Amino acid sequence: MFDSFFLYALAAGIGVALVAAPLGCFVVWRGLAFFGDALAHSALLGLAFGMALGVAPGAAVLVFAVLFALALAALERLGPLASDTLLGILAPSLLAAGMIASTMLPGARLDLLGALFGDVLAVGPTDLAWIYGGGLVVLAGLAWLWRPLIAATADADVAAVEGISVARLNLALLLLLALTVALAVKVVGVLLIGALLVIPAAAARGLARSPEGMAIIAAVTGVLAVILGLSGSLAFDLPAGPAIVVAAALLFALSLVGGRQRQAA
Amino acid sequence: MDLTTRPLASAAGTSPADLRSLPTARPLVEMQGVTVTFNNRPALHGVNLAVRSGEVVTLIGPNGSGKTTLIRVLGGLIKADAGKVEKRDGLRIGYVPQRTHIRNSLPMTVARFLALGGKVNRAGVAEALAEVGADGLADASIHQLSGGEFQRVALARALMQRPDLLLLDEPAQGVDVAGQAQLYQLIDRLRRERGLGVVLSSHDLHLVMAATDRVVCLNGHVCCVGSPASVANDPAFRGLFGEAAAALAVYRHDPAHDHNHDHGSDGVCDHDHHHS
Repeated sequence: MFDSFFLYALAAGIGVALVAAPLGCFVVWRGLAFFGDALAHSALLGLAFGMALGVAPGAAVLVFAVLFALALAALERLGPLASDTLLGILAPSLLAAGMIASTMLPGARLDLLGALFGDVLAVGPTDLAWIYGGGLVVLAGLAWLWRPLIAATADADVAAVEGISVARLNLALLLLLALTVALAVKVVGVLLIGALLVIPAAAARGLARSPEGMAIIAAVTGVLAVILGLSGSLAFDLPAGPAIVVAAALLFALSLVGGRQRQAA
Repeated sequence: MDLTTRPLASAAGTSPADLRSLPTARPLVEMQGVTVTFNNRPALHGVNLAVRSGEVVTLIGPNGSGKTTLIRVLGGLIKADAGKVEKRDGLRIGYVPQRTHIRNSLPMTVARFLALGGKVNRAGVAEALAEVGADGLADASIHQLSGGEFQRVALARALMQRPDLLLLDEPAQGVDVAGQAQLYQLIDRLRRERGLGVVLSSHDLHLVMAATDRVVCLNGHVCCVGSPASVANDPAFRGLFGEAAAALAVYRHDPAHDHNHDHGSDGVCDHDHHHS
């Protein structure tokens, strides 16, 4: 009854949602929503360069995300500007530069709409292999570092005194986040990745009593959003990436009601 | 002047059995000439300090005098720009920061918070909570604790590290008077029963004096060191806190734990104020 493109899209969306959920929890716990957004925006420049140099787009996106994070850290150390100001400079500038770079590409030009909002219905077996292979790497890394990451998130100083090397953990989290961005570009595009990270985690907060519980509820929420969004896209001919994000937002609204009732109980 | 090599300036006030038997015990941690600079402004200058097992050292000083910085240097969170910090091999440190702000977005029970420091079981959690008088809080959300409850829980987590040295930054802050008395009794018990070295900071002079062996009066540099009584009578201390505060400072909580009022021998005061 479903065409294979739809099944591929479903598989890709679910894979990305499962990876984005726990990382999105860290984004929410650490107040990195704006950072995650900016990280994703840097991906457009990565895509353009990857295409120009003939490198795998995922690898180029990863490199640019890491470069962006290093630039941000250096700017924070150098000057008196708060990180939200710096992000407010870097995120749109990188997006603009990515846009310009993509128009300068010779020959086969970058599918801009797809890069910005996702092109999940065009996912093929190679993309799927990327998403699931990379996703497994991210989830394995996260599982390995889970306890110290949670400790460093709750209170970095106490964790450091207890012997956790917080700076190294932060770097690891950044790499995992960059990898997740690289995996998610194809599904929701650089403009909407932030939403895929933050919304399911935010929806899970009111229903969770533990960090793990929140990550699991976020994963379920993300998967539901993918299924609902893609079904809506198929039924009403909606753009797929935006449909997934709107579905996630609706689930978030529902979670507010659910959370209220839980508190009342 | 080297304040650290004087033979146990604090021994007069410490429980005699532990320390007299170990008069030459190596300090848990020893600082020499520690200087820390933030943005070209010195936060600490030439600080010497040694802390031994079973000893309670209280840092007092006005806001911005470097109390928190000193504690963070001891905890290894800040590197000294000059000077040495020597820790005994394998030293285990428990640290309770002045404020812990755990974002509301991170769901966490008290039991889980305690387990963040390492592998613990349910019984270990209950035991640690009982020790700090926070029984029954294990399943409470960390976000719903009062300031005093949170301080106890944070202390329980520090104790679960089985520390040799306990660093408490303003532990009495946000704790009511009854809670403060309990806190100081607990510190006193930990030092006696487990032989912990304790470094705490406070600007509450009233309570500082209760269970302290040695007071370090800080104002960027060490102004004055000694037993509570000797420091209270020191001009440098009075200069920082005023006469009224000095009068308060000799107040004692626990007469059974009264210290030796031998002002001459256990007070070491540095009047050579090298402001920089």
